[in-house]
Amino acid sequence: MLKSKEELQALRSQVKEAFDAESKRIIVCAGAGCVSKGALKIYDKFAEIMKEKGVKFSLELQKEPHSDGVRLKESGCHGFCEIGPLVRIEPQGWLYVKVKVEDCEEIISETIIGGKCVDRLAYTQDGQIYREQKEIPFYKKQTRLILDNCDKIDATSIEEYLATGGYTALEKVLFDMDAESVINEISESGLRGRGGGGFPAGRKWSQVARQNNFPKYVVCNGDEGDPGAFMDRSVMEDDPHRLLEGMIIAGIACGANDGYIYVRAEYPKAVARLELAIKQATELGLLGDNILGSGFNFNMHINRGAGAFVCGEGSALTASIEGKRGMPRTKPPRTVEHGLFDKPTVLNNVETYANVSTIINNGSEWFKKIGTENSTGTKTFALTGNIQNAGLIEVPMGTTLREVIFDIGGGVRDGGEFKAVQIGGPSGGCLTEEHFDLPLDFDSLSKVGAIIGSGGLVVMDKKTCMVEVARFFMDFTQKESCGKCVPCREGTKRMLEILNRIVDGKGEDGDIELLKELGEAISKTALCGLGKTAAGPVLSTIKYFEDEYRAHIYDKKCPAGACQKLKTISIDPEICKGCSKCARNCPVGAIKGEIKKPFVIDQKLCIKCGACLSSCPFKAIKEN
Amino acid sequence: MFDYSVLDRAIEKFGNEEKSLIAVLQEAQENYRYLPKEIFPYLAEKLNVSEAKIFGVATFYENFSLEQKGKYVIKVCDGTACHVRHSVPILEALRKELGLSEEKKTTDDLMFTVETVACLGACSSAPAITLNNEIYPTMTPESAVALVKSIIEKEGK
Repeated sequence: MLKSKEELQALRSQVKEAFDAESKRIIVCAGAGCVSKGALKIYDKFAEIMKEKGVKFSLELQKEPHSDGVRLKESGCHGFCEIGPLVRIEPQGWLYVKVKVEDCEEIISETIIGGKCVDRLAYTQDGQIYREQKEIPFYKKQTRLILDNCDKIDATSIEEYLATGGYTALEKVLFDMDAESVINEISESGLRGRGGGGFPAGRKWSQVARQNNFPKYVVCNGDEGDPGAFMDRSVMEDDPHRLLEGMIIAGIACGANDGYIYVRAEYPKAVARLELAIKQATELGLLGDNILGSGFNFNMHINRGAGAFVCGEGSALTASIEGKRGMPRTKPPRTVEHGLFDKPTVLNNVETYANVSTIINNGSEWFKKIGTENSTGTKTFALTGNIQNAGLIEVPMGTTLREVIFDIGGGVRDGGEFKAVQIGGPSGGCLTEEHFDLPLDFDSLSKVGAIIGSGGLVVMDKKTCMVEVARFFMDFTQKESCGKCVPCREGTKRMLEILNRIVDGKGEDGDIELLKELGEAISKTALCGLGKTAAGPVLSTIKYFEDEYRAHIYDKKCPAGACQKLKTISIDPEICKGCSKCARNCPVGAIKGEIKKPFVIDQKLCIKCGACLSSCPFKAIKEN
Repeated sequence: MFDYSVLDRAIEKFGNEEKSLIAVLQEAQENYRYLPKEIFPYLAEKLNVSEAKIFGVATFYENFSLEQKGKYVIKVCDGTACHVRHSVPILEALRKELGLSEEKKTTDDLMFTVETVACLGACSSAPAITLNNEIYPTMTPESAVALVKSIIEKEGK
């Protein structure tokens, strides 16, 4: 248990010395993407081979500095999930991609013992080999502040967090700053909430700090429910102490002594990592009573979500922590006045808190130089969908869509053609080619009817039907609507019905207008953020892809060729041998013909189920 | 006789107050694989919350089930990233293989439950499914069916 600032500093310099002394490292990415592709087996194999070959190695940070031997480490997500499992070799900084268990032997003998790069495992792009991770185009344009530790440290070790400068911000806040100067620093930095709305974090903190109603609470929204987003997951799993440090500082600034982290049920590993981090911090005296002898007390609690997307909304989230149904309430009063247990509450999301220690350590002036004037700092994005380099990235605010999709993301997957990118999940909207040079920041996006949201970027190619995408999001929101207010409960249901009809080829004249009218009404009248933004994907796809809606409704055609019910299935008479197998498989008797002569599908009867397609032994049946 | 010890341990761990309700129900769900009706009056008394309120919470959250789930719970991710990389055919193939549908999620022998999940956060491995919380990446309808068949074979032995 550390009892003073000096004891913390002594421990930090001790572990830092041990950390810096590690001369050779094999860092295996143990992020979700790489683990699902076998990263843990690779880790075990490295250990097994080094044992066999008599290479001296250790699996954890040594107590005393040792420069001989190899450090084998499981780190968090490196972000470049597309080409995992990833293994980085230090000190050279070489990155090996798509590593298999069979490659481990060669890596140990060639690289660890021989000091040579195994070029066949290095990343190649356009015929060029990139040995070093930092040279790879995917990483070169990024600025990794929040994700900096993720690919460096072992998230289960508080010593490694300390060794890389962890808890220096807490130390500074406890002993060299007062609450007001902390809030000023955060306000000055221009940090805006990373959960979607972009509300200035410093202003929120000061609103809580000036309340004279105790106890107060610090709550973290880790209910990252947007489909296609996994940035907060990475911070919670791979750098949990960064989140804890940010929350403790918020507690000092606002006068709160309890913190609650609300984590999505689908992230069991994040829960386990946070529990461990809390235990370690408590044992070291960085959480609990009288932190480092400063007289300040802070306790941290974890609440697991139970699968309700609406709990990402502030008042629903606090209701859920209280053990109730997670339903939003009318505002005001706002969470800063009447939040958790009806007390003043600072509620920010994971990424917002993760920025705090960086700002305190480097100062607001330094932070403001990153990003744009009104959107300072960086933003993490989950780059997914039909993109070449799917993964987790972090770029300065204001980076253009073109840089993100083409320079970092490598363009559309499998040589496909770009159509749109969905930003902000079910609350957001789509961006198209005309937005390639749009800077990704809070204000530029809201001008074009989209939002940063939590940072999911789903890229769609020409084969993706935008009406179907809008239907998909509406289906999601409708299922997740809590049912409390009428506009959202009934409105999303009706909008979904119309969209279902359209993709089924039963769209009617006037549907587009009705969708717009309903969408605008829900946006204006729904109770909470979920409802207010529910129509976003529909309205923005109508705005940019009205032609596609019209084609579905008036021509009964899906231009992308994606909607099953709008496909025409036909038999190529040149190839058909007249075996009758398709006719026997057709559930509605739509296929007729004479044996040994080409069969024909009656389009009026056909229900486009596709049963005939898979039954044809000659591949004579085609759909378009 | 119904075994309430799971609940007692959970209440001991989280405290006998309303704010522990969700955590206690989560422990119950994990242990019984669903929320048996016996637990409602018991918890109402222990936590001093009405049965109606507990029922309200239990039916509000997606993760709670009032019906028993299978030994193997398969969740097909239908988050945006998985959706645009064609997760729906995987779901359909699994349902067809096991004779399940959107309404009927669990097989009669209580071996399999097939459901969807909005996002697993494994978007880079899309389309992904989970089998009892273990992620299986870049699935196809064929590989998903093969996975089910391998379990059936293992269980048959």
